[in-house]
Parts: sequence; C-alpha cells; structure tokens
Amino acid sequence: MPKSTKNILYNQLIIGSLLVFFAIYNLVLYKNGSFVKKQVLSETAIMGQQIWQDNNCTACHQFYGLGGYLGPDLTNVISDTTKGEIYIRNIINAGVKAMPKYHFSEQEINQLIAYFKAIDQTGYFPNRKVKESNYGWVDVVLKDSIR
Amino acid sequence: MNKYAIYFLVLALISLFISGLVGVLSSFQYIYPNLLKESLHFAKLRPIHVVSSVSWIILAATGIIYFFLSTHTKTKLFSGKLAGFHFYLFLAIGLSIYLSILFGKIGGREFFVFAPLLIIPILLGWLLFAFNYFKSVRQKIVNWPVYYWMWGTGIAFMVFHLSEAHLWLIPSFRENYIRDLVIQWKSVGSFVGSWNQLVYGISIYLMTKIKGDKKLAHGKLVFFFYFLGLANLMFGWAHHTYIIPTQSWVRIVAYVISMTEWVILFHIIYSFIKSLPREKRKANSMAFRFLVAADIWVFLNLILALLMSIPAINYFTHGTHITVAHTMGTMIGINSMILLAAIGYIISVSQPLFQIRKRVIFAYKLLNASLFLFLITFVVAGIARSKWMYANQGASFGEMQTSLHAVYVGMVITGLLVFVGLLILIVEAIQTLVTFVNKS
Ligand code: HEC
Repeated sequence: MPKSTKNILYNQLIIGSLLVFFAIYNLVLYKNGSFVKKQVLSETAIMGQQIWQDNNCTACHQFYGLGGYLGPDLTNVISDTTKGEIYIRNIINAGVKAMPKYHFSEQEINQLIAYFKAIDQTGYFPNRKVKESNYGWVDVVLKDSIR
Repeated sequence: MNKYAIYFLVLALISLFISGLVGVLSSFQYIYPNLLKESLHFAKLRPIHVVSSVSWIILAATGIIYFFLSTHTKTKLFSGKLAGFHFYLFLAIGLSIYLSILFGKIGGREFFVFAPLLIIPILLGWLLFAFNYFKSVRQKIVNWPVYYWMWGTGIAFMVFHLSEAHLWLIPSFRENYIRDLVIQWKSVGSFVGSWNQLVYGISIYLMTKIKGDKKLAHGKLVFFFYFLGLANLMFGWAHHTYIIPTQSWVRIVAYVISMTEWVILFHIIYSFIKSLPREKRKANSMAFRFLVAADIWVFLNLILALLMSIPAINYFTHGTHITVAHTMGTMIGINSMILLAAIGYIISVSQPLFQIRKRVIFAYKLLNASLFLFLITFVVAGIARSKWMYANQGASFGEMQTSLHAVYVGMVITGLLVFVGLLILIVEAIQTLVTFVNKS
C-alpha cells in the first residue's frame, strides 16, 4: 500500500473511533444528563425561565457562576436567610444600581420566584461545602433534596 | 480570487468594530451604573458585544477560507455564486440579529442572544458552506494537508453544536434544569472548539505558505495536534460545568483532555518562528508579527487555562472575571491575532507593493500591550470576587463592587486603548481591501 493511502486510512480510523465514542457519550448525556435526581421544572417555573430569558437577566446575573458579572449570582438567593422572599420580590422592580427598572406584574414575579426556587433545589453555588481531594480534584457536595 | 471572500473580510472587520465600540460602552456601566440604564443597559449592550465578537471570528475565518480555496493552485472553489449567496444570507442574518436585540427580542442564553428562530437560516448558511467546501476539496482526497481536515471538522461540528444549543426548544428537554444547563454549556464550549478548528487550520495554512514548506501540514505532530483538538472539541468543554452537580466521569474526562491541546499549538508556531529565514520574515512582515503575537498569547493563555482546568483552582476562579480574562485572552490574543495575520498575508500577496504604514506597527504594539494590562484588570477583579465569595461573608455585593472601583476604571481605560489599537488596524485593513476589490 502506498504511504499516502495508509495515512488516510489511519486518519479515518482515528476520526471514526472518536466519532463512535462521541456518539455514545452524547446519547448517555442527553438521556441522563443530570446525575442528580431528576428535577422537573413546573409550568410556572418554566414561565419564569422564559421571563428570565426574554429580559436577558443572564447578562448581569449568573446561576452556578455562569452568566455576566455585573450583578450577583442568584443560584441560592431565594433561600438566603439574610434576605428572604419579600426582599427578593421587592428588589426585582426596584431598579437598584445598574439593574434596569422593571414593571413586572404580581403574576410574573410569582413565576420568577418559582424559577428561583426550582434552581435553589438543584444544588449550591458558591459550593462552600466541597471536599477537596488529591490530584487537584474536587467533590461537589449535593443538596439533600436531590440526592 | 472570489470577491465574496473579501466581502466576508470587510463584514468581519465591521463586526469587530461594533464589538469594540459596544464593549467600551458597556464597560463604562461598571463605573457609572446609571449610564444609559433605561435605554441601552447592560442586558442589551452585552449581547451586541458578544454576538459581534463571535461574528468577527466566524466571518473572518469564512472569508479567509474562501480566499484560500479560490486562490490555491490545487483547488478550485466549487461555486463562487454559492459563496455570494452565503454572504448575502449572513449579511441579512446579521442585520436581523441586531434588530432582534434592539427591539427586545432577546434569546437570553450565552452566545445565542437573538430570537431562536434565526437559527434556521444560520444553519442553512453553514450547510451551504459545508456543501461548497467539501465539493471544492473533495477532488483532492488523496493526502489532505491537515488544514483541510481541520476546516472540514470545524464546519461539520459547527452545524452539530449550533443545533445542540437549541435542544431546549423541546419542552421535555427544558424541564430538566440541570441537564439543560449542562447541555447548554456543552454546546457553547464545543461551538468555540469548532471555530478554533477553523482558526488553527488557518494558522497552519499560513505557516506553510509563508515558509513555502508543504511538510508543515503533513507531519505526524500536526496530525496529532489535530486529533487532540478534535478530542478537546468533543469532550473538553466540561470545565465550564465542574461545579454543577453532574456525573463525575464527565468532569474527569474533561479534566484529563483539556490539559493537552495548546502545548502542541505553541510548539508548532514556535518552531515555525524559529526556523523561518530572515528574508521570508521580511516579505510577510505583518503576518509574521501577528503570528509571533499569537504565539505569545497562546503561551500566556495556556498557563491560565491549564490552571483553570484543575478543579481545585477552577473552584475559585469559576464565576469570576478570571473566566472573562481567559475568554478575552483567547478571542483577542489568539483567534484575532491569527485572523489578522491571515488578513495581513492576503493583503501582501494580493498587493506585493503594499507598504506597511508606521501607524499599523504602532497599532500592533498598542493592541498587544494594552491587551495585557486589560486582562490583568480582569484577573485582579476576579481574585477580589473570589475572595468575597469564599472568604468574606460579611460584605454585600454592592460593597464588593464599590471597593473595586479603581480596578474597573483601569479596565475601562485599558479597554479603550485596546479598541483604539484595533480601530487603526480595522480602518487600514478595510481601506486596502476595498481598493483591492475595486481594482480587480
Ligand atoms: C444591567 C444589569 C442587570 C440586569 C439586566 C438585571 N439585574 Fe438584577 N441586579 C443587578 C445588580 C447590579 C444587582 C445588585 C444590586 C445591589 O448592589 O444591591 C442586582 C440584584 C438583583 C437581585 C437581588 C440579589 C441580591 O442578592 O440582593 C435579584 C433577585 C435580581 N437582581 C433579579 C433580576 C432579574 C429577575 C432580572 C431580569 C428580569 C435582573 N435582575 C436583571 C443588575 C442587573
């Protein structure tokens, strides 16, 4: 076999096997992506998520540290005992600091709150209770609600 | 030469301009929170900035690949008309995206900030590009140089990951919050991996052309680099999601894979720089300079990225501006330097008499120096935020932000300088490219 044909075969073999792994990997992830007990967002929470997306709250806020950084992370904001639900309800329409002044209805705020509550159930961020182990690894500590 | 290749480049440079301008404008909101708060607040400016930055990279890479395909002696672009259609389609999509954001129809997810329906024409554009590309290079299936593999991979995976990013539109998918979040960031990470294939392929093409040495794109090492890049694209995204409660094996796979890729890119560019004869450096001086800059940025980002891929460090850097330093470092430092090198190369081959003006060299130096300082401000802000998250429970978010005022002022000033450097390069490049199209 000429060398170039052999090289092509070799390349195709490597790419082929990577693709097979990739296909299996995706199937597993799509099916079983969350390792935690399955969390089903309620209809109200999904509506809250839609409001969240339509207003691009993620430009300034994060869940699990993912998002823009002009505002604070809100993963567990609803269960923060120093704040409380009433404070959160009020601040959304208050237009504090860089946050625009919104005019959400009572119902829309309920939907946002339902979304916050659903996310709060899925875990911690910042996760102050991690267990560091050897070789630079970190074990994420789970919430009891999802174990 | 296909004129649409140059049109793509001009459109890319305009996107870069918008990205820089809006970036500067939105950074001002860090020091003046009330600036434009009711009209052009951060939730509108940030998506314009992000989408313009991504457009710059993707449009420039597309234009450069079209240019190389249509001028390369061995290939012929399959259809110039199709490239034209691709161009006008992306132009229309681009305008629709800006209108969609300005009129408040926002997608609300990272990178996918526009009305979700627009993904359909975007996918169509990529499929057309794929068709044109594979038709063009297929005759040459025997012994493809590595950049053909990389470009083909980039285009194919782009289609896959753009689709994957929209799985949430299926209601049952969206219901499972953690899965949705993880797949969202998986697709975003692999989307970046896909354009990296396009851009790194361009860097290898450039090096073979400048040096006039075909072997550079055929050796075992470059192919190893390609396979590693591919594995990274597929499995290496998970450092975005270490802290999310997912299966540990996903995170372990990502951890192992993400430690490898760039070491090799650094090595390839470095050995090219070292081995290039002086007269060839001179003949391609602007392209060469940008490649040198890219190599230095690869090195600096490598350190940061390797550190951030270690879960115990990622734990502290995740959710802070250190992530932004990494993103901007790779997008401006690596991707943009390589693309600017390619544009410099295109200008020098199409107009051999072209003289590089002093202000271009000045802009090159300004860009690189200010970028370095700019990124430092993000790292400092990130460290402060991390300390606030994990060590200082007392202070409120607002107090933490106020204490960082001086750092944010530094961020605005150095960001402005980065923009000035880019602006000079953009104006010069557009001027030269436009006269070039008019002449031919
Ligand atoms: C332009 C940036 C921006 C946008 C957009 C934005 N916020 Fe905010 N948000 C902030 C900032 C900054 C704060 C912190 C204010 C302070 O320092 O007290 C904040 C605070 C909050 C808080 C209180 C957090 C706490 O810990 O005290 C909540 C809840 C909140 N925002 C919800 C939202 C929702 C819901 C949206 C979308 C509808 C949104 N925000 C959009 C910037 C923004």
